[in-house]
Amino acid sequence: MKSLGSIRRDFAPWNDPNAKPYIQFDKVTKKFGEFTAVNNLSLTIFEREFFALLGASGCGKSTLLRMLAGFEEPSAGRILLDGQDLRGIPPYKRPVNMMFQSYALFPHMTVEKNIAFGLKQEGMPGADIARRVAEMLKLVKLEQFAKRKPHQLSGGQRQRVALARSVAKRPKVLLLDEPLGALDKKLREETQFELMDLQQELGLTFVVVTHDQEEAMTMADRIAIMDKGEVMQVATPAEVYEAPTSRFVAHFVGNVNLFEGKVAERSASTTRITGMTGAQIVVDNGGDAANGAEIVFAIRPEKIKVSSKKPADAVNALEGEVYDVAYLGDMTVYHIRLDDGQMVRASALNASRVTEDPLTWNDRAWVSFRPDAGVVLTR
Amino acid sequence: MANIAATAAPSTDTAATLPTRLAKGFVDRLVIIVPYLWLLFFFLVPFIIVFKISLSQTAIAMPPYTPVLDFTDGISGFFTGFRELNFDNYTWLTQDALYFNAYVTSLIIAGISTILTLIVGYPIAYGMARAPATIRPTLLMLVILPFWTSFLIRVYAWIGILKPEGLLNQLLMSLHVISQPLVILNTYTAIFIGIVYSYLPFMVLPLYSSLEKMDYSLVEAAQDLGCPQTSAFWKITFPLSLPGVVAGCLLVFIPAVGEFVIPDLLGGSQTLMIGKTLWNEFFSNRDWPVSSAVAVILLLVLTIPIMFFQQAQARAQEQGK
Repeated sequence: MKSLGSIRRDFAPWNDPNAKPYIQFDKVTKKFGEFTAVNNLSLTIFEREFFALLGASGCGKSTLLRMLAGFEEPSAGRILLDGQDLRGIPPYKRPVNMMFQSYALFPHMTVEKNIAFGLKQEGMPGADIARRVAEMLKLVKLEQFAKRKPHQLSGGQRQRVALARSVAKRPKVLLLDEPLGALDKKLREETQFELMDLQQELGLTFVVVTHDQEEAMTMADRIAIMDKGEVMQVATPAEVYEAPTSRFVAHFVGNVNLFEGKVAERSASTTRITGMTGAQIVVDNGGDAANGAEIVFAIRPEKIKVSSKKPADAVNALEGEVYDVAYLGDMTVYHIRLDDGQMVRASALNASRVTEDPLTWNDRAWVSFRPDAGVVLTR
Repeated sequence: MANIAATAAPSTDTAATLPTRLAKGFVDRLVIIVPYLWLLFFFLVPFIIVFKISLSQTAIAMPPYTPVLDFTDGISGFFTGFRELNFDNYTWLTQDALYFNAYVTSLIIAGISTILTLIVGYPIAYGMARAPATIRPTLLMLVILPFWTSFLIRVYAWIGILKPEGLLNQLLMSLHVISQPLVILNTYTAIFIGIVYSYLPFMVLPLYSSLEKMDYSLVEAAQDLGCPQTSAFWKITFPLSLPGVVAGCLLVFIPAVGEFVIPDLLGGSQTLMIGKTLWNEFFSNRDWPVSSAVAVILLLVLTIPIMFFQQAQARAQEQGK
């Protein structure tokens, strides 16, 4: 069975028309004075989903999270959690917990007391609290730090305390605001996998806000890509990367080559595109582009093959000159200037240690790609 | 290339600037020496003089005490004078209940005033810290503004407000809230009003600075974990503002204990506070030795508890707050 990306996902309630949505944003708008942070946004999140809100700062993703937590009320529209309208319910009565970007650990309380804080508010008996706290400390591997104060912990340990505190109450939904933003790169990569394991283990619904696409791609079941208070696309990481629906999404996630052009000929199986500069491209998925429509053809660098001679069997092959080469170890990145002036970025995985046909600056080169290697975008 | 330059730079720097570094060391030390010299000449030396006077006896002379330690009779004369010093004045202070009562009353009045100032000052500081960042400097300015008028004049103004035919009584009577003028002036109430009014900025400023530093997301986190807003205040905001509370209370309490102007102008003749007692001993009785003893005891009463408090705080800090 063919599918986008390299992972088979068995958990996909969003493809099931009978699946009951868990969190629903229904035409939600949030205004701060004149500024519209979230604009008429609708979104559905399913139970046990790991959902990521991805966007640049100021795109409204944090506002969305804060509305779910109850720190902000929508100016219009409603938010439903498990069928219940959340309007008017204060944050301390919502069955959601949040892990703050700054961690917001109480500096005057020990790790233990921080984790126990929410449970005490619930009026849980002391013995149960002690048991739950011990369980949480074990979960985040901080047993020997129970009596420490937050300022005596490292950044990574604080992050774990914040996590333990926010899941201690077994919320229906865990909200994570840039959960890994303050960690260094290596720790961040490790923690990404730990968060995924934790979510599986606890069976919670996670909604994470991040500006880091790699983080979102690694962890999330689905990603909502946001821009200026609107959702641009909601899809699995593979769909977002391999089948973006707009120029913005294609550009925002990963590297991409964009060819401006017109649909010259459209049939059921193939679409022929004439580039603005005359190059001809044939693709087998034209999307919703009509004959003669002005479109953008988007193709990822790793889908483009670079060679010194024209490949014999290539459907799409364009000639140019090597403008720049960068050897990154695991792969090599080429910048090829096509003869019509268009710059193309191509990357090749260095699967073997020895290259038969090496290229250098100013060499003549051909770029080629398969008809299914890119997507046609109409917006 | 850039790397080589960067590593080479510091070594040439140290070689060339050894004299400069010595000079810098001297400047660093000077920076510490200046405040210490200041304290030596304007605190320690006057204190020793006052302490010496407190060990002397009153005399009808210039200066009005004996012995006067000087070298007019040579070194032996100095030592003869030295042997005449004794603790009689301190014994006297314990024998007359007036002094003990004055100390206790002063501590109680200062204590109550401090609590009242905290109650009035905390909401002000909290409001300022939560106000939009753009208007905070203006609010801060408003708190400091009264300092631009003389303290004495502001206390006199309160006489005009509080006296039986004063502004407050006129207002309340014209509003028919009261039919008889309230007697506030020359009571302890007037002293409390005066101290709270005068020392409010000293309470508000340290409170503001500790509240403003606090990360508001802590309160949000508490709410998120199931804590209603008022309870979040007592569990998070207030404990975290304690350093500000302590600093503000000390800044109000210490000067309030020895306060003289406010009890004298607003408290009338029957109020008994140590500052007024000190003034009377000094200027009415011209008994410099006894008033010096009163001052030395006052200093001890104030500094010893603060020293213990600071020690406890330092110990707590070592144990990791």
